[in-house]
Amino acid sequence: MKIRPHEKLWHIDLGEIWRYRDLIELFVRRNIVVQYKQTVLGPLWYLIQPVLTVIMNMVVFGNIAKMSTDGMPQALFYMAGNICWFYFSSCLNGSSNTFIANQNMFGKVYFPRLVVPIAVVISNLLRFVIQLGLFAALYLYFFVKDAPIAPNWTLLLTPLLVVMLAGLGLGFGILISSLTTKYRDFTILFTFIVQLWMYATPIVYPLSMVEKGTLRTLIMANPMTSIIEAFKYATLGQGYFSWLALGYSFLFMSVLLLFSVAIFNKVQRNFMDTV
Amino acid sequence: MKAIEFNHVGKQYRLGLVSTGTFKNDLSRWWAMNVLGKEDPFLKIGDTNIRSTKGESEFVWALKDINFSVEQGDVVGIIGKNGAGKSTLLKLLSRVTAPTVGEINVCGRIASLLEVGTGFHPEMTGRENIYMNVNGAIMGMTKAEITRKLDEIVDFSGCERYIDTPVKRYSSGMKVRLGFAVAAYLEPEILVVDEVLAVGDAEFQKKAIGKMQDVSKGQGRTVLFVSHNMAAVRSLCQKGMVLRDGMTDFIGTADEAINHYLESSTPQAEEQKLMTDYITNCKSFLKINEIQINNTPYNSTSLAQGQEVLDVLIKGKTQEPMKCDIKLIIKKLDGTPMACFMEGRYKGHLYDILPGEFAISRHIRLPKYMADGVYTIDMFLCEPNRQHFFQAPNCQTIRIEGFYDQYAHPIKLSKEGFIGLKSV
Repeated sequence: MKIRPHEKLWHIDLGEIWRYRDLIELFVRRNIVVQYKQTVLGPLWYLIQPVLTVIMNMVVFGNIAKMSTDGMPQALFYMAGNICWFYFSSCLNGSSNTFIANQNMFGKVYFPRLVVPIAVVISNLLRFVIQLGLFAALYLYFFVKDAPIAPNWTLLLTPLLVVMLAGLGLGFGILISSLTTKYRDFTILFTFIVQLWMYATPIVYPLSMVEKGTLRTLIMANPMTSIIEAFKYATLGQGYFSWLALGYSFLFMSVLLLFSVAIFNKVQRNFMDTV
Repeated sequence: MKAIEFNHVGKQYRLGLVSTGTFKNDLSRWWAMNVLGKEDPFLKIGDTNIRSTKGESEFVWALKDINFSVEQGDVVGIIGKNGAGKSTLLKLLSRVTAPTVGEINVCGRIASLLEVGTGFHPEMTGRENIYMNVNGAIMGMTKAEITRKLDEIVDFSGCERYIDTPVKRYSSGMKVRLGFAVAAYLEPEILVVDEVLAVGDAEFQKKAIGKMQDVSKGQGRTVLFVSHNMAAVRSLCQKGMVLRDGMTDFIGTADEAINHYLESSTPQAEEQKLMTDYITNCKSFLKINEIQINNTPYNSTSLAQGQEVLDVLIKGKTQEPMKCDIKLIIKKLDGTPMACFMEGRYKGHLYDILPGEFAISRHIRLPKYMADGVYTIDMFLCEPNRQHFFQAPNCQTIRIEGFYDQYAHPIKLSKEGFIGLKSV
């Protein structure tokens, strides 16, 4: 093995990451266990979080602002958007402090650093699945009550949507983590941006509310828009589904992932000196 | 076979805080390298890494032009002052950070134990951390293998009671014990151990050194060991390397390296000082004007064969009467006391000094067969078992040239001991 000052930008050893799969598994377990250590309710928090958020959304956006939900039951409409957004943002937030949060461990042992954000994405998936279960239960309730919901074949695309959410979250997360090791300004900036980003994504409002024009173009340029709309369309039957928009999001995710993995790879070699 | 090879390895660090100045440098570096296609402009500058003096540049070379190789199965001790670059070297080797220039060739799996804590996650239990650490430190060890070793690891660490408690509740010594146990049972080809044993207690240090000896001798593995504990380095390592200000100062056997390091860090390497400058805790009624050993008031002398006498002379002035004697302790450079002179205590030979000027002297005979080496002397003026009138620790450094055999060959005995015994 040779240790050199620089490696090629695209020198990404996927085989090495695969050899460390046991470690990924351990990190996933650690993330899940550590999150609710020293809490009484434990994993119940996975369910409390979305329930409270949805109730808040119903009160503020549904009843006070009286925003449309395309005729869908408010609880379902908000829940669908929120759990997707939760998954994306928890992947992003979890991996965006990869270097800073793990500097103690990174400073002492070597392993491919990409293992940590990958574990974040996988452990958040568990939370997403649990919340999806909650969504399904709620869904069943409204289905039995004959609410105007129409699930359709695009439901089969859900795994692809999840992969795209994960890819975008991971891509942005490790990009942020690479930028913030040296200049912490970015931490403050990105926290702010992620907060605003949620409102640029049709979560608490349907895309159909936005008139054609510059604003709509901007919202469509957001790679999250087509994914969330597609999920709403698949489950509720109301929403904006377009192969073109999904293709755009997928391309966006792929380019982002390639770019940010390269940056991450470059930063990981020396970040201990500047973190 | 070479296990480790360093070729012109250097590591540059920037001092001070990360601020707008850093950002400006980063931009100009990026401009020069990526747009103009030049070399990194900051590689050419940079001071050598001398901790105590103020430098010209904000860039320093923590390591500069390091070249050495380690054979498989060697146990190498790396010694040097604080900030000499020892830990940086191990960090480069463990791939925690990358070198700025140069290349390192490593043959075999490395397990490293850097500093206290060794990458434990504080919220997880000791047992969970063993699994994590083993995986993190080394590839290819399956869970089944770890499970097989688990009992041994726990047993060696001596933390059985705490093994299912989060590591954040551990004492620092317990963390080191567990960390070392994990690293030692990993069976890596190369074991890198930074100054970590210092935190453990005596029992554990002994156990750890024994384990490292087993690892290197019995199993032919390579060990790199950084420590300030010279006794540990001497007993464990065959080879030694001295780092100084980021550069290799000496490479040789462990004993040579230790002697080189200790001698170069004694005061004699600096400017000469008067022995009276070392006086501390002097009684207020007493003033010492001069101390001489072998007619010199300065802090270093050397003794050739046949000259094994120390003439000690103390001159001063006191306002109160004293009953006192001169006491000397001769120490090795690592502080181990080797011999003492205190006839006042065991023979009752005391001076009665009346108020006023005084001068007292002793002629102290050293053993005829003394090993070569460098020793330091602590000097005291004391009333035995009652009080010290003054203390002058490390006031004198003596270089003893050792003795010659009957054919006038110098006998080097620094390894065997201090005093050559005679038959009756």
